[in-house]
This record gives sequence, C-alpha cells and structure tokens, in this order.
Amino acid sequence: MTATIDVTRPSRRRVGLIALPVRRLLGVLLSLVLTFLGLTIVTFVIGRVIPIDPVLAIVGEHASASTYDAVRLEIGLDLPIPVQYWRYLTKVLSGDFGNSVITSQPVLVDLLNVFPATIELSFLALVIGVALGIPCGVVGAAQRGRWPDHVIRMASLFGYSMPVFWLGLVGLLVFYAKLGWVEGPGRIDVGYDDIVPTVTGMITVDSVLSGDWEVFWNALSHLALPATILGYISLAYVARMTRSFMLGQLQQEYVLAARAKGLSETRVIWIHALGNIWVQLITVVALTFGNLLQGAVLTETVFAWPGLGLYMKNSLFNADLNAVLGGTTLIGAVYICLNFLSDLLYPLVDPRARSRS
Amino acid sequence: MTRHLAWLAMAGVVAAPLALWQAPAQAATPRDTVVMAKKIDDIITLDPGEAYELSGEEIVTNVYDRLIRFEAEDLTKMVGGVAASWTISDDSKTFTFKLRPGQKFQDTGSTLTAEDAAFSLQRVILMDKTPAFLISQLGWTKDNVKDLVKALDPLTLQFTTPNKYAPSLVLNLMSSVVGSVVEKKVALQHEEKGDFGNGWLKTHTAASGPFKLISWKPNESVTLEANPTYRLGAPAVKRVIVRHIPEAASQALLLQKGDIDIARDLNPDQLKTLAGDKAIKVETFAGSDTYYAGMNLAYEPFKNPKVRDAMRYLIDYDGMVNSFLKGNFFVHQAFLPKGFMGAMNENEYKLDVAKAKLLLAEAGYPNGFEVRLDTWNSSPMAEIAQSMQQTMGMAGIKVNIVPAEQKQVLTIYRARKHQMAALSWGPDYLDPHTNADTFSFNPDNSDGAARKPLAWRNSWDIPELTKETEAAAQEPDSAKRETMYLDLQKKVMETGPFLIMFQPTFQVAERTNVKGMIAGITSDLTYYRKLTK
Repeated sequence: MTATIDVTRPSRRRVGLIALPVRRLLGVLLSLVLTFLGLTIVTFVIGRVIPIDPVLAIVGEHASASTYDAVRLEIGLDLPIPVQYWRYLTKVLSGDFGNSVITSQPVLVDLLNVFPATIELSFLALVIGVALGIPCGVVGAAQRGRWPDHVIRMASLFGYSMPVFWLGLVGLLVFYAKLGWVEGPGRIDVGYDDIVPTVTGMITVDSVLSGDWEVFWNALSHLALPATILGYISLAYVARMTRSFMLGQLQQEYVLAARAKGLSETRVIWIHALGNIWVQLITVVALTFGNLLQGAVLTETVFAWPGLGLYMKNSLFNADLNAVLGGTTLIGAVYICLNFLSDLLYPLVDPRARSRS
Repeated sequence: MTRHLAWLAMAGVVAAPLALWQAPAQAATPRDTVVMAKKIDDIITLDPGEAYELSGEEIVTNVYDRLIRFEAEDLTKMVGGVAASWTISDDSKTFTFKLRPGQKFQDTGSTLTAEDAAFSLQRVILMDKTPAFLISQLGWTKDNVKDLVKALDPLTLQFTTPNKYAPSLVLNLMSSVVGSVVEKKVALQHEEKGDFGNGWLKTHTAASGPFKLISWKPNESVTLEANPTYRLGAPAVKRVIVRHIPEAASQALLLQKGDIDIARDLNPDQLKTLAGDKAIKVETFAGSDTYYAGMNLAYEPFKNPKVRDAMRYLIDYDGMVNSFLKGNFFVHQAFLPKGFMGAMNENEYKLDVAKAKLLLAEAGYPNGFEVRLDTWNSSPMAEIAQSMQQTMGMAGIKVNIVPAEQKQVLTIYRARKHQMAALSWGPDYLDPHTNADTFSFNPDNSDGAARKPLAWRNSWDIPELTKETEAAAQEPDSAKRETMYLDLQKKVMETGPFLIMFQPTFQVAERTNVKGMIAGITSDLTYYRKLTK
C-alpha cells in the first residue's frame, strides 16, 4: 500500500511540474482566442449598427454615386454581415488587420506608431501613481480619522472627481505658460523632432539608447505634466484602495498580537499589515495600468499626445472599422497579458499562493 | 513615528512630481521654420486625385503646382500655373494650354511636360475617387478620357469637353485640386494593381510646387520644406511644420509661449484672452461655407410654400450674429457665398413673428406644428438650433432638436430621412456653378436617383430651375451669366426648402513677427509660400 504511494507521488509531481507552465500557456492562449473572438464580434456588430455610413466617412459628402458605389464594393459592405466578418477574421488570422481609411496605412503600422507614445505616458503615470498612492493609502489607514487621513482623502477625492480635461489645462497654464517649468503640448520640441532613430518608439527610451541627453530631457519635460496628471488620478484610486485594504488588515487579530508582543507600530503597519495586502494591490495596480494603456482620450487631446486614445477616438468618429477592431484587439491583449503577469506575481508576494500552485 | 511618516509621505506627494520638472524650457521655434498649429486629423490622403478634405487639400495646394490657379499675389485673378497661356475654340469645347518651358519636378529633377499634365487629369477620371466628379461633369468618362485629354507636344496640352459649359466654369475647374500636375513616371513606377500610383501617392508626393513634403505623420504633423527649384523661386522660409493640436486652448498657450508661430483654430474665448498680448496679432479671413437648415418637402407642412416662407421669418439672424456668433459669422441668405462671382449680398429676411404667424394661418397651420430638427452636437450648430427652437416656438412651431455626431447627421440627411436638418455646405471650386449645382439643381427626384444634390435631399422637385441652372453653367457671356445666378439665388431664397443663415469668417492668430499668411475663402487658396518671420 505504502509502496504504491511512494512510487506514484514523485512521478505525479514531475508531470505537474512540466505540465503547469504548458497548461498555463495554453490557458492564456485559449483566453486570448476567446477574448479576441468576443471582442471582434461585438465591435464588428456595433460598427455595423452605428448610424454612421462608413463609405461617407471615406468619400465625403460631395462624391458622385459611382465613386460611392466603388468604395462600398471595395470595403465589402455589399456582403451580408456574417460574410464580412468571416472575411475580416480570415485576413486577421494571416496577420493582416487591414488598412486604416484615415491614415491609409496598415492598422498594425499605425498601432506600432501610437502605442509606444501611450506606453511611455502610462508607465510614468503608473510609477507616480503607485509610488505615491500606496504610502498615502497606508498612512491614511494608520492615521484613520486624523488630519493626515483627511488631507489624503480630500486630495484623492479631488483627483478622482476633477475632470482630467480641466486639470490638464490648468496644469498647462500654471506649469507651462506661467512658470515655464515644463514643455507644452506635444511629445517633443519641433527642433528635436526626428533626431534620434526610432527603436522602441518611446522617445525617452530611444534618446537614452542613442545617448542623446538633450533630446531625453526635452522629451521628459514634455512627458512630465501629462504623466503627473494621469499619475495623480491613478494615485487617487490606488490610495483609496490601499486605505480600505489596510483598514481591513488592521482590524485582524494578528495585528493585535503583534502589537501586544511589543513590535513597533512602523513594523506592524509597514511590514505585517502591508505585507498581507500585496496580492490585492497587484490586482489594483494591474487594473490601473490597463486603464492607462487604453489611452486617455481627454489627456491626449489637451496635450496633443498622439497616443492610442486619440487614435481610437478618431477611428470611431470616422467609422474606420479596421482601426477600431485592431485597437480593440490590442487593448484586449493588453488586459490578458496584465492578468497573466499578475497571476505570475502572486506567488512571489504571497506564500499561500505558492503552496497552492 | 507615524506622524513623521505622515509628514514624509505628504512631502513625497508634493516633491516627487516637481522633481521631474527641472529641464529648462526652450521656447521659440527655429528661425527658418514656421510652426503652425491646426487640427489636421481630417487628412486621409495627399494624392491630388483623391484628396478632398480641407487640411489635405491645403497641403496639396502648397506642394503641387496646378495647370492654372489663383496665385497668392492676387487671389481674385486667374493666372497660368504650369501653363503659360491658353486658347479656347469658338464652340467653347476645345481648350489648348501652352506650358512654361523648363519646369522641374522636385525629387527627380525631370522636366515637367504636357504628358504629365494630361496623365494627371486622366488619372482623376480613371481612378474615380471623390474629386472625380469635378471634371466628370464635363462629359469625361473612363472610356473617352484618354482620347479627349492629350499632349500634342511636350509643351502643349489639349482637351475637349463633350458637354458644353461656360469657358469660365471649365477654367475654374482646372484651377481646383484636380488640376494639380503629378509626375507621370514616378506615379507609374509605384503603380499597384492598376491604381495609377494612388496607394503610394496617398503618403508621398511627385510634385513641382513651392514646398516638398518631408513627412506626414497622421494625427501628429506635416512637415514641408522649401523647394529651391520652384518656378516662382523658393519660399522665404525653409520649413513649415503643421502640428496637429486638437485642443484650441492648448493652441493658444503654445502661441503665447512662442512654441508655435501661428494658431489656426482658436475660438472667440481664446481670441479675447489673446487680445491684450502684444506679441500676438489676429487676422480675419472670410470663409466660404453656407450654414443653413434644410426642410424636407416629404414632411407634410413643408410642402406648402407659405410655411417655408414663414420659417424664414422665424430665425433671429441678427440676434445670433450679435451674440454667440459674434465675430465668427455674418448673415448671408443667398446660396452663393460673398466673394463668389454673382453672389447676391442683400438679405431679405429678418425675425418677424407676426408676419410668420399670418403666413402660417394662411397655410392652414394657425397653431403651428411639430417638427424634428437633426443637427450636430457641437458648436456653433447646437446653439443655432436652440435659437431656432426658441424663435420658432413663438409661432407655435414645436421644434424637437436631435443632436448627433456630424457624420451621423449627414447619413440621415443623404438618405432624406430628416424633417428638418441644420448643417453646412462648402463649395467645391471657385465657380458659382458649384453651389447652384446642388441648391437649385435636381434632375431626378426619385429615390434611386444617381445624383443626390441638396435639392434632392430635401425632396424639392424643380424641373424649371434645373434647366435654368444648366443654362447658367453654359452661358459663355460672363456678365449675362452673373445675372442668371442672381436670379437663381433670389428664387431659391424665396421659394426653396433652405433656411440659409450665415457665412463664417475665421481668425488666424500669429506671433507679430510672422507675416505673409495667405488664406483665401477655400483651402485651394491657402498659401504658405509668402510666409516670413
């Protein structure tokens, strides 16, 4: 009896060790495929029922009937919707997302142009939001009901409820126009445009790669204000969530035990209590990042930031279906990747997640 | 301890973002470069055989030379562009152009010939993109255009028009975007699947105009560089960069800081705040759009001409231009914009509720009626619609405003599914026929009509006026032609399904050291080559 157990255990474990990453990868791929199908079907149908004629978006209101008909045929609008969808799907599977009618370029090329701008902005915003949001939340919870808590709560409420559009314009007025601390709208000064070779598409990274610090500072100075404003809004969310998670932990008995044992308050709060909310925080941070990566239309508009948000808005308003579908798929893929990434991170911060897997 | 931590965290909140803000701001644009902020997200192509969006056409105007054109030096006078002179046959059907010798294309340095000019016109018809209708109305088709448009020798272009039109109209058409001369050899080198180089020319150029296209980054910028071989000499500035700054308030801030030289899309609020800034001046140019509302005759009350007339007395034209439209629009009730040949500049209608009530009573609607008004969800149409709703309400007409995205309103309007729709119309070329062709022309009022002019969209069946419009387009005597258009405008104004209200003006704000911005009433007349700073 015992012998059989001894024999089967190691072999089962070995299978598990090999199969786990594969299974996970398969799971990710499956969710990617399902998400993609769901996304494209929904977007496709919405694209066909919105009351904008996509042909008009291309030819304009003055075109003749023959031009109109030719374009209608060209983009396949004469076919039934399921056939149109099938045609689109088979093209996409071969890596062809089609051309955008607005930019005349393949959607994939467009996305590769606009997405780095958004990543650059989102990443800095996330760093600001998380680096400040978590400490603020912890302090708020530890000082619950006292003035630091009130100040932080008011500040987050402000960040949460002020229209980002307004914040952006006021920020520009104060820090760009009046004080001159930062550069204005746009990613870089015209004088520095096209100096560093494009590698990643993120100007700050590319300028570091080519060692051009002047361009780097200029790009960073353009980036500072929009990133801070987006960061502030993320901060508001992260701080609020951290505060409520911490409040939950601080009422637990182990905190009481730690305090009774004579541990310093700093240790109790920053090591024990905070240590127990990392899993939840990772989810919050991943969601925040996902939100930021979708592109912030209003921020991008105010700061003339040629990112994903502005691109998607333009595409939607012009019924540029290929671009909308391509962008939606990208955003879907971003969320799946972030999900996967946070799944990978859980065991690192929580031993319970390790033992479970 | 926690107290200190709280302080630390608070200090962090303030200090961290500020720490990033230390790079010195380097204002002012390069000396040899003019930077202009403009909304350019409407550009979808830079091929002159396809471009029909305002910003795209403006770029094409500055990159390509045209057969003939209204030059920056005098926007009212038609002169030769690529052509030096032209003659017209007695039957007004054959046009012969003599080209200037020794003109060069920008990138290849090849000499521009009549072969290029003929090819450029032919491909417009053969590709059949949006601007094709401009010259297909001359009677050119995919089958006959190669025979009718020919190069007789390297410097002589000749074409024949099957349909007879007034010579002034044909010449005005040739001065539009389709008259741009594309280098044949280059276009054909990049031809794919018989597209005459269209795919490549959407984002590249093969031109001989004052500026070379360096780059077009969609939703970001267009960069142009002076062409040293341009026939009138290189432009004064080396580079012109048009930056896409979608938000008007951001444009204003950039201009004040000197990070741009010209702002094109400021609204009255921003212009007011800039008024006190000595470093900035504002120039006003007239636009050519017609802001109007169409009344669909398929909707019962509008079938009665008296009702249509009553509607015209129920708009507070002056009230609007003196309040929220102040400085950006003036009242203009005829379908030809002020500045066009034959435009009627007298306005016949004013807000007169009593008179409108009388007309409505005579028409059998003493208590008014209910009507849906489709219009844009954006300024200024949203405000115009509200004003109309209020004044029409005084005569018992209950207007239900349905605001929507511009393209959505257009989709409804083109399918004539509206009862009343408020929108704008822009002329296609600088000839009165462009607007007459749509406001007073409707050859087939059936649902399946091949052409859908504005008269059709409002179900206005006008065989008589359609004939008169055709006659005006063919009249060779220019003075006589003008009176014909005056007559047409009066008839449309008094009996038509259009409530024509306003013509816009637009303001360009510039740093005071910038000179030479030339903006005519259409994007065909917007020139960068005289710019200096």
